[in-house]
Amino acid sequence: MEKASSKRQTILVVDDSEMNRSILADMLGDEYDILEAEDGLEAVSIMQKKSDEIDLVLLDIVMPRMNGFDVLGVMNQNGWIEATPVIMVSAESGSPQVERAYDMGVTDFIMRPFDALIVRRRVVNTLLLYAKQRRLVSMVEEQIYEKERRSGMMIDILSHIVEFRNGESGQHILNVRTLTDFFLRLLMQKTDQYHLTAGDISRISTGSALHDIGKIAIDEHILNKPGRLTAEEFEVMKTHAMVGARMLDELPVHQNDPLVRTAYEICRWHHERYDGRGYPDGLAGDDIPISAQVVALADVYDALTSPRVYKDPIPHETAVQMILDGKCGTFNPLLLECLRESAGQIRGQLAGGSVSKGTRREIQAIADESLHSGVSTRTLRLLDYERDKFSFFAALTEDIQFEFTVSPPMITLSPWGAKKLGVDEIVMDPVNDPKLQAVLGPGVWEELSAKLRATTPKEPDVQMECALHYDGGTRWHRVISRAVWSADTPPQFEGALGKAVDVHESRVRLQELEDRASTDAMTGLLNRSSAQEQIELRMQDRPEARYALVFFDVDRFKYANDVFGHMFGDQVLIRVAEKLHGSVRQTDICCRAGGDEFLLFLEYKTDIEKTVERIYNNICEDFEQFPIRLSMGVALGGENDGSTYEQLLQAADAALYSVKRSGGGRFRFYDDSLHDLLGTVQGSMTRIDEKGGETQ
Amino acid sequence: MTLQECYKAMGADYDDVMGRLRSERLVQKFVLKFLDDGSFQLLCDAMAEGRIEEAFRASHTIKGMCQNLGFTKLGQSSHDLTEALRGGKSPAADGLLEQVKADYAQTAGTILTFKQSAGL
Repeated sequence: MEKASSKRQTILVVDDSEMNRSILADMLGDEYDILEAEDGLEAVSIMQKKSDEIDLVLLDIVMPRMNGFDVLGVMNQNGWIEATPVIMVSAESGSPQVERAYDMGVTDFIMRPFDALIVRRRVVNTLLLYAKQRRLVSMVEEQIYEKERRSGMMIDILSHIVEFRNGESGQHILNVRTLTDFFLRLLMQKTDQYHLTAGDISRISTGSALHDIGKIAIDEHILNKPGRLTAEEFEVMKTHAMVGARMLDELPVHQNDPLVRTAYEICRWHHERYDGRGYPDGLAGDDIPISAQVVALADVYDALTSPRVYKDPIPHETAVQMILDGKCGTFNPLLLECLRESAGQIRGQLAGGSVSKGTRREIQAIADESLHSGVSTRTLRLLDYERDKFSFFAALTEDIQFEFTVSPPMITLSPWGAKKLGVDEIVMDPVNDPKLQAVLGPGVWEELSAKLRATTPKEPDVQMECALHYDGGTRWHRVISRAVWSADTPPQFEGALGKAVDVHESRVRLQELEDRASTDAMTGLLNRSSAQEQIELRMQDRPEARYALVFFDVDRFKYANDVFGHMFGDQVLIRVAEKLHGSVRQTDICCRAGGDEFLLFLEYKTDIEKTVERIYNNICEDFEQFPIRLSMGVALGGENDGSTYEQLLQAADAALYSVKRSGGGRFRFYDDSLHDLLGTVQGSMTRIDEKGGETQ
Repeated sequence: MTLQECYKAMGADYDDVMGRLRSERLVQKFVLKFLDDGSFQLLCDAMAEGRIEEAFRASHTIKGMCQNLGFTKLGQSSHDLTEALRGGKSPAADGLLEQVKADYAQTAGTILTFKQSAGL
């Protein structure tokens, strides 16, 4: 209501027809701020940015890109439907449609043709209804908060009186309450045999503060006696359990209140033992209410570790061990398990004062329960604040930040990131979005998605590097992302948060270093080891293809070196490399194997002989005063013949060797008649290795 | 030509639209705006190129506008076409498209005449 008087309300009109939007806007007149969206996608994107500013949505059903029901789906998914009323606008009058819309949280319907009076009236009614509900929610919350605060305060005062008389510090009650809460939550995770709800836990923790009220009736001399109690005195002391219980039972009012019943159990039975040897009733096992069992454990632990008139504090580790060893009574084995497993966290719990946390949790739980509204407006306000904060910082940083949800499949990018990549801030169905896929390139999204899904809620972070294509170029980015898992068992993958950092410069530098390591410095061709690597990859990727491995050296190269000098020799090698590179396809693998030896690996379909002949003739020319001639051996791998790189190289080398032996200056394909030469190949390969070593 | 006469010539319901929009100024504004709406062109293109879902939405939009403006005749034929395109193209659709085209020509033509005679 305050909002209505202080600020104009905002209505989002979603309809694909400009005329329909403008008729509605005119009908609503000047009393409201109107936002318009021409389809569901735009509507979701507007709500994403300012759901807290929108007081009402008028929503068409049939629209391109994303229809009205899909919008409702997203609103349900994000919980916006709880706080933002929707009136469905449509000519669709089929009743299943209407029913489905109501099921999805729509408040009202407006049918076409529009009637100005009806449109205005329905809008006003809906806005009033929601304003009233919001006001009621916050009133109820305030009242609950106030009530809880007061009753909590009364309990604190009362229990402090008891402690004051005991000469104990006020800390004991607080500690027992914190530990009770802590142990109960652990127990709830471990078993559901006690049917503990969040409400039970908060009631037991609150009631635990009253466990010793019976001591108010014990003689002060006994209560504060520094030494050991006599048997008689101890009998008196033991009566405090029953006295406390009776005090609660005889309350003139409230004795049937669940909190009082719980406090009664705790007072009466917090000195029972699991083996039945406690007091006052000698109950055993789970005949002792779980409330009393847990408070007993908390009480014993805190009594051991706190200073008392008759003793010094015992260190934490010793106290836990004493309890586990059964030196301080017997306890439910499940509770001991809780104690053992959580021993490391207990002191943190006590120091952190989780009592106030507990109280806050309690209030929220009660408010939620009593309103059945799922989320309180207080929570919504906090959420809005967090969202504001996030978008503020997201707008400031020059990062590509993103948020991904599985259902609906949607990526939200930071404004800066979306602008940078040239895509929309909201991308629905990212797998099938052509713009986004063009930026990512094939397989990248699938890889990231697979990595995220392979994480666990405990270790949800992944990193990967990928090339992003935008602005007409390609830049390397490191993507750092955290998977979001649901709290279900087993946890469900719900989406991810992340950002992409530009690492192009450092990546390119690295690439250059890698290239330098894999190429021959003089000719720029691949060196032998990287060629082998690439050839093997190629054969492994497509074993069904037909490959040829060509191996050659320059005839009389030593002569050229000796007569015209090493500089000229180098020129010859560079020339051969250029010619080789220029005679083959970009995808073929060219390599300087070492010295004057070269390797070529190519895929072929038919007529490899002609191809080899063409390459051979291309390279052979008179270079200044030196005629470049080659000795060339070729080995073919048949379709799926399973040849390895080594086998092909040996065969090509055998063919080369036979050419060389007969005077060089030609090429030859390996055939079975050369089989005997394969033996010499071992030596030849060693030769390559030695030369390869020289060149690097 | 008055707005009321224009409505009569289009086979449209003047009393209905005045009853709902309650202002002759508003009705005139939207009637003139009808000429600028691209849905009819979109419908024709989508039908010609076999994009049935898009044609359905365009036809649906025309129907909605007609309902709002009280264009009874075009409203009826676009309603029939919308139903013939819902969930896929039915055999009647092509014939119904011709009817929509005829009604649209009459409606748009009349509005143009009205616009000129009113000196707008």
